Amino acid sequence: MDSEYTDIIHRCFRCGWCKLPTTYQDFNCPAYLKYRFESFASGGRMWLIRAWINGEIEASERFNQILFSCVTCRNCVEACALPKIKDKLVDIFIAARQDLVDQGNIPPAVRDYLKAMTVNGNPYKMPQEQRGAWAEGLNIDRYEDQEYLFYAGDVGSYDELGMKMARSTARLLKSAGLSFGILAEEETSDGNDVRAAGEKGLADYLAQTNIETFNNKGVKKIITLSPHGYNAFRNEYPALGGQFEVYHYTQVLNSFLGDKIHTGRYEKKVAYHDPCYLGRWNQEYFAPRRILGSIPGLKLAEMDRNMNNALCCGGGGGNFFTDILGTGPDLSSRARVREALSTGAEVIAVACPQCYKMLDDAVKDEGVQDRIRVSDIAGIILESGMK
Amino acid sequence: MDKITERLAEIVGKDYVSTSAEERFIYSRDQGVQQPHMPDYVVLPDNARQVQEIIHLANNDSIPVVPMGGGLVLSGLTIPLAGGIVLDMKRMNRILEVNESSHYAVVEAGTSQGMLDAYLKKHHPRLKHSLPDAPPAATIAGNIAIHGSGHLSQSEGGFHSEMVTGLEVVLGSGEMVKLGSCSTVPGWFSRAPLPDLAGLFLGWNGTTGVITKVGIKLFPRPRFHDVLIYMTEDIDIAPDILFRIIETEVAEDINYALSPKPDYLNGFQMIVINLVANTEIELNMKKKIIRDALYDYYKTKESGFMPLPPAMKGDFLEAPQKALSKFADVKKGGGFEYVGAIMPVEKIPDACREGVRITDRYGITYSLGARIIGRGHSAMFFFAYPFNRADTQDIEKVSHALEDTNAAALKLGGIPWKTEVSGQKLILEQMEPQTSSLMMKIKSLLDPNGIMNPGNWEVK
Amino acid sequence: MHELKFDPEICKSCTSCDCIMKCQYIDLESDQAKSEHAKLVAGEDSSILHDCVTCYACEEYCPFGNHPFYLIVERQEQRGVHPAPKPLEESQVIMMGPKGRIKPKELSPPVMNMCFFTVMNGGIRGSLFEGVSKFGGSDVFCNLMFLHFARNSTIRQRLPLMIENIMKNFLEPAGAKELICYHDECYGTYTSWAPAFGIDVPFKPVHLFDFIYNRLVELKENIKPLGIKVAYQRPCSNRLCPQTDHFVDDIFSLIGAERPKREFEYENALCCGGVPEAQQRFELTEEIQHKNVEDMKASGAAYCVFNCPFCFWTLSEPVLKAGLIPIMMSDLCLMALGE
Ligand SMILES: Cc1cc2nc3c(=O)[nH]c(=O)nc-3n(C[C@H](O)[C@H](O)[C@H](O)COP(=O)(O)OP(=O)(O)OC[C@H]3O[C@@H](n4cnc5c(N)ncnc54)[C@H](O)[C@@H]3O)c2cc1C
Repeated sequence: MDSEYTDIIHRCFRCGWCKLPTTYQDFNCPAYLKYRFESFASGGRMWLIRAWINGEIEASERFNQILFSCVTCRNCVEACALPKIKDKLVDIFIAARQDLVDQGNIPPAVRDYLKAMTVNGNPYKMPQEQRGAWAEGLNIDRYEDQEYLFYAGDVGSYDELGMKMARSTARLLKSAGLSFGILAEEETSDGNDVRAAGEKGLADYLAQTNIETFNNKGVKKIITLSPHGYNAFRNEYPALGGQFEVYHYTQVLNSFLGDKIHTGRYEKKVAYHDPCYLGRWNQEYFAPRRILGSIPGLKLAEMDRNMNNALCCGGGGGNFFTDILGTGPDLSSRARVREALSTGAEVIAVACPQCYKMLDDAVKDEGVQDRIRVSDIAGIILESGMK
Repeated sequence: MDKITERLAEIVGKDYVSTSAEERFIYSRDQGVQQPHMPDYVVLPDNARQVQEIIHLANNDSIPVVPMGGGLVLSGLTIPLAGGIVLDMKRMNRILEVNESSHYAVVEAGTSQGMLDAYLKKHHPRLKHSLPDAPPAATIAGNIAIHGSGHLSQSEGGFHSEMVTGLEVVLGSGEMVKLGSCSTVPGWFSRAPLPDLAGLFLGWNGTTGVITKVGIKLFPRPRFHDVLIYMTEDIDIAPDILFRIIETEVAEDINYALSPKPDYLNGFQMIVINLVANTEIELNMKKKIIRDALYDYYKTKESGFMPLPPAMKGDFLEAPQKALSKFADVKKGGGFEYVGAIMPVEKIPDACREGVRITDRYGITYSLGARIIGRGHSAMFFFAYPFNRADTQDIEKVSHALEDTNAAALKLGGIPWKTEVSGQKLILEQMEPQTSSLMMKIKSLLDPNGIMNPGNWEVK
Repeated sequence: MHELKFDPEICKSCTSCDCIMKCQYIDLESDQAKSEHAKLVAGEDSSILHDCVTCYACEEYCPFGNHPFYLIVERQEQRGVHPAPKPLEESQVIMMGPKGRIKPKELSPPVMNMCFFTVMNGGIRGSLFEGVSKFGGSDVFCNLMFLHFARNSTIRQRLPLMIENIMKNFLEPAGAKELICYHDECYGTYTSWAPAFGIDVPFKPVHLFDFIYNRLVELKENIKPLGIKVAYQRPCSNRLCPQTDHFVDDIFSLIGAERPKREFEYENALCCGGVPEAQQRFELTEEIQHKNVEDMKASGAAYCVFNCPFCFWTLSEPVLKAGLIPIMMSDLCLMALGE
């Protein structure tokens, strides 16, 4: 592990601020919420990594579970009491995973995920040719020299709900008259979650592939469906030579409202769930709220834990694909659904295809389909009936 | 899986028992300088029944049981000195009842300080409980089990253990009992007028039983809040200044602090006075009352109030104070431990001198200070020493300094609070034999097999 | 070394005693004023030494430029009068003292000294400050605040080192002859205090407002007139450089802000209250702040603009409570530039 990390790892006091949001309502670390052992909180993880580096414990199956259950949601970064180390917490967890990946000592689910990414280029083991399938029938051009590239990403390209969300978004972009195109089978995974899972080599390779494609095609501006891609393009690619203007789709839609997009009414109470990679990772809390707030009839509810204190859906850091967190009522996605219900909301609005699927599953697991459902922001705009 | 693990898994579910090296490692140590010792099992109960079954099992097989809340006591009281089970109580964190008119809440033992505060803010915004400055993950039961103190200890009646209105406890022998009004009528409003049995579990470091529910007093949460800081170089005037502030009856929390860092505060003592009020007029009036009370002092210009622009008040108005946790990074090393000694207020100056002397001796740095408990009935004086976790010599020095400090606190006429086992020994040695013998009789009555947090409060 | 250039003869022949008669905090009849002031000059105890709120204003009131305020500070120090509590004073001396921790930095003109207010670095942004290089901190700090603590000696002792630090580490390497002073306390130091004590200043100090004004002229095209009324909180340090006060009006006219008529303005400006509070004069503090803010409100101002960050921190809460928006001058200008 980099000395930047090993030099500070002993500075964690394990005082437990990292378990809670800064507003203290409830445990806000998905791994700790699920397992409840001190070892699964960020502080425990820090001490165990240090013990591992010092040879006091070995990288057992349990150790791997502890490391890979971190969903990289950065609640701990937000809440940690020590300003000199807080920013590095998640980086340290990712670096430790990287060491495990390099040693080939990883949980089977992670191995399978990384293998699929290497072999198939996507976690679904689906053929590359089907990457553009989501766009069928929408009449969307391939990217040539349009102003924007619309990047759907793995979940937007292959997951049922992700595809639905990509379609809604693309329809809105089209109806706003935006000049954009897609890459379809020429698209490569953004690599964000592969990096978070500790496979830096593969993440770099995917990034370089994308950068090359983008550059060859003259892409300057990118709109991403997923906050994960948004994060990779914005924060990882520049260091690898990829300089692009990057937008999350909610930012673009927000700028169109009342001008290029006129929504209809939406008579429902809606709770917005902040995706970690849009919120805590990139400090975009307002674009999605402004969109929802501007829809006539829509009552925007805030969950107790919101913005920088939002509870993660549990899908980050590769967990969406590896499912290390497993099942049970203490899954953060299920806790999140209960929290949304307590606001009286009938709809949970999401801005990330991973949150979409995680929360949609959780609504079913909680058995509350009759009381609440999940919808993405583009979907809500479409449902409102555009003028 | 061994038999006991299997049994434990039957009780709490297999996901909530661990014998893995990782959990045994983490639960073998706390944030302070005490030596680690591995537990054999880490168990996370969900309810009082499960706790009871675990205690029965432990009694049958003579397995030590160490109840643990946040595990933030710093002095090793949740380190399983004789192995056995660490009972992490934090899954039991339901808030069961809030009675607004009678100003109390009933919570499960593992409810965190932060959670109760957030819950009250949302559902009962006119009420609050007394928060310690421990990290918000500390638990209600863990705090009262050691006679903790906090933001309302000055104004609202002392140690948090004094704010307990009732308890549900699983004794070391396995019986489950209720103490206080809840033992006789449905409400959890008071320990009086019954014989006060709650005291058998307060200050005992979990050696008499496992607390499963706590009734705790709530107090008004006024809307306005401000802070004044009084600064002096003369250690000896502190008790009188404190007396005058207490005399006004308008201060919520009063803390005293002395620290060599930052350098511009080295040698200067700060008395931090927190004020609350329901209206701005009331707040301003209270500020004036406090200032007037100290007029004789500040008119000489030998001491005075620090001007505090609003932007600089933030940290002082926070509860719990994050700044205290930050102290762990003073030596760039993620650690500190303190001797908190409960002592008479007039001993504060001598305690300061003693703290400086001890830290000079070991060449370590410090933060000294005190929180006033009750209307000046005593003070919780802390001698806090940070260390670098990666530096064994530093840890060694701090350990010795803490031992010396425990002895010094007793010599000063104070008593180390939530002290390490070595400090407990010092106390027991100095205690009247009839008293310690009564303690031991009570322990063997409540915990006949000596399974509860062994090593603590023991006379050999 | 570095004796105050004060001429007792001027005071002897002065008939108006403006320094005391115009003071807003000391209330003496003319005769009393003269006799108290004579005691001051003679080095005897005087009520002035104890009642002075150290607002610097008499430096502006004296028609002869005879440095009445610096004299008060000299005498306070000589006679051991401590305007603020000693522990506060001593801790400030340590806190603001030079640390010998200058980080070399590549600068190019125009160069700005942030004084001790490096926390305000974020305010130096946008087209208004494009190309400005800045430095700051305790090693380049004018130390003039010690006038409030009866410590000319501290300034005397530190200022030459500060000037040397500024020259050697920043201005010379940058090839700059001018230094923009973020805080007009620095500007006052170099244009008033240093000459009064015979300390050479080897660069040309530029007042922040002077710089802002000129930038705004260049950016005139981009200005959208604000069309708001703005009260100005004139800081104590501006009393040392009253010749710069016109920049407030000049800037206002460029950004389309109106400076409404007020009672406590220009020569009659009131202290923000921070210093009297440090002096433990709490009722006076409240009274001044109340009068000041009520006056702003009565003038119809929607904003209160600040020059000094310390005034900003001290007064912004009362200003907000009165329904005005507190803002730093640079931010007000950025607002007019739509940034
Ligand atoms: C930065 C910092 C600041 C602090 N400030 C304060 C402060 O202002 N005031 C204060 O009082 N303390 C303070 N502390 C000390 C300590 O953290 C608190 O007292 C805390 O509330 C202890 O609670 P816990 O849940 O962490 O207890 P633990 O550390 O888990 O346990 C403490 C003791 O209680 C026993 N125990 C725990 N739960 C039970 C139970 N359910 N039944 C029976 N016994 C039990 C344990 O066996 C142990 O002996 C501070 C600590 C830190 C690190």
